[in-house]
Amino acid sequence: MDFYFGLLQIFGVHTLLGLSAYVVLLTGQVSMAQAGFYAIGAYTAGAGTAMFGIHILPAIIVAGLVTAVIACIVGFPALRVKGLMLVVATLAFGEMVRLFFFNLTWQVDRGGELVGPNGAEGFRSIRYFPEHGWEVWHVTAFIWAVVIVVMVALWWVDRTRAGAVLRAVGHDETAAQSIGLNLTAVKVGAMTAGGFIAGLGGGIYAHTVTHIEHGVFGVLLATFAIAYPILGGLGSVFGTVIAVLFIQGFLIEGLRFLGDWRSLLFGALIVLAMNLRPTGLLGEHAPRWFRRRKTGSEPLELKEAN
Amino acid sequence: MLTLENLSKLFGGVRAVDDVSLTIREGEIFGLIGPNGSGKSTTINLITGLYTPTTGKVTLDGHDLTAMAQHERTSMGVARTFQNIRLFGNLTVAQNLWVAQNGHEQRRAHFLARWFKAGGEHGPDIEELLRFSQLHSKRDLQANALSFGEMRRLEMARALASNPRVLLLDEPAAGASQEDAQLLAERIRAVRDRGVTVLLIEHMMELVMGITDRIAVLNFGRKIAEGSPAEVQMNEDVRAAYLGGSHKNEELVHA
Ligand SMILES: Nc1ncnc2c1ncn2[C@@H]1O[C@H](COP(=O)(O)OP(=O)(O)OP(=O)(O)O)[C@@H](O)[C@H]1O
Ligand SMILES: [Mg+2]
Repeated sequence: MDFYFGLLQIFGVHTLLGLSAYVVLLTGQVSMAQAGFYAIGAYTAGAGTAMFGIHILPAIIVAGLVTAVIACIVGFPALRVKGLMLVVATLAFGEMVRLFFFNLTWQVDRGGELVGPNGAEGFRSIRYFPEHGWEVWHVTAFIWAVVIVVMVALWWVDRTRAGAVLRAVGHDETAAQSIGLNLTAVKVGAMTAGGFIAGLGGGIYAHTVTHIEHGVFGVLLATFAIAYPILGGLGSVFGTVIAVLFIQGFLIEGLRFLGDWRSLLFGALIVLAMNLRPTGLLGEHAPRWFRRRKTGSEPLELKEAN
Repeated sequence: MLTLENLSKLFGGVRAVDDVSLTIREGEIFGLIGPNGSGKSTTINLITGLYTPTTGKVTLDGHDLTAMAQHERTSMGVARTFQNIRLFGNLTVAQNLWVAQNGHEQRRAHFLARWFKAGGEHGPDIEELLRFSQLHSKRDLQANALSFGEMRRLEMARALASNPRVLLLDEPAAGASQEDAQLLAERIRAVRDRGVTVLLIEHMMELVMGITDRIAVLNFGRKIAEGSPAEVQMNEDVRAAYLGGSHKNEELVHA
């Protein structure tokens, strides 16, 4: 049973990671910085509970906010470049973050034990959950509560003008500028929101594994992050969730017997998917049952029926 | 109201716009014509800030726009359409108008109300624009599912959604039938009658001659004539430019 709860926890934190990339991808930006943001969230929240003894909830919220601020600062220079150059720039940022934590040693004495990031050793004993008697299903429920809050928030934003504006910028930057949208503000806004979500996810992740180290937050994780919304499509947040279930559930867990060959399969799958369905597995539109009925499309359907 | 002062734009060695000065008066429909490649679209791109001029400046009511970003010009009251339609094909018709509400008045709305109010694509201004553009029945259709003519109408409606003071139209009648061009002419007049100044680039001479108050003619980036439609039609340089240059514009000579 614990195995399945553990799996659900992985799905949960990876959904947050994927949603953080989804928000940025809505504006047309392929960001490889999400794993870096996730790392910042993980170390910040870990420090909050393990070093300073605060409650898990404020710890992950602070982690989200700190990450959002950093994402905002990084967003300004990074989003001046586009396409491949942005991929390279964000990738470089992610590696910078990883190397920062590789070198960071900052420990405090808590009850006779030194806790905190310890360079290449990583950050051990982020033991808020076991110390406070949380059982595995408590943790799982907590994670999914956060995931659902984030999903509902994003779903709601999509119904507001801000959501339409993100999609407009993602569709055509020139047209978006011509109608008076400030591209920098929109893109940096998306990056900031994405940073917040990645920070939350990383913060929770740190507590589920209790030991984090720089190696986890590398290029592979960044690739996963962007692969979820690319595979799931930009129609709605559900695409990302489904992509997480597919990649983490089927590809990584289900095909465990394939060992490291799975990474190869993962790469091949991305290449295949981009060729067959450039708008993602679920396409650019929300699945039919989530969509409002479009009255205007009726005449078209009639025509096809005749 | 809108003035271009010695405006030039070089692309490498090409003088796309060459020392053009123009004054467009408040409330008029001003035509900008010229053979293919004469610099008309580039002029619009310089006014909206898509391109930075090599030299010269653009002012609106005495305010220098030249150093402003595109979105700042929108809130000053400049709006445009594109020669090759650029809609947000992934949004609905109504949403295309909704995202464009970035005019001066609209910007003063409260931040939260402006960005995070759901369902604002049903607002009264948008309903009115949809009716005006005869797109009301298509309001919830994806923009990329529209017919070509509907796309042109939507793009003009989108430009109007920011309540502009000057509307720049780049060949709005391209590909339109006579009948559609007639409706377009009426729509442009209606826009002007509401106090919007119009700069119209168009190859369809009947339309231009019929609705503009004044016309300027470009040839190889230079302004070769300016005046009333009748004056421009009689101008020797203009006739020479059209006869000497391109194929499709014998219209002007015969109009
Ligand atoms: N982005 C650009 N880069 C390089 N050259 C350009 C660019 N835009 C326009 N030009 C050149 O500038 C000149 C003027 O082009 P412009 O598009 O303004 O003409 P136009 O009058 O709108 O023509 P048309 O009637 O065909 O639309 C042309 O020689 C064109 O090739
Ligand atoms: Mg042109």
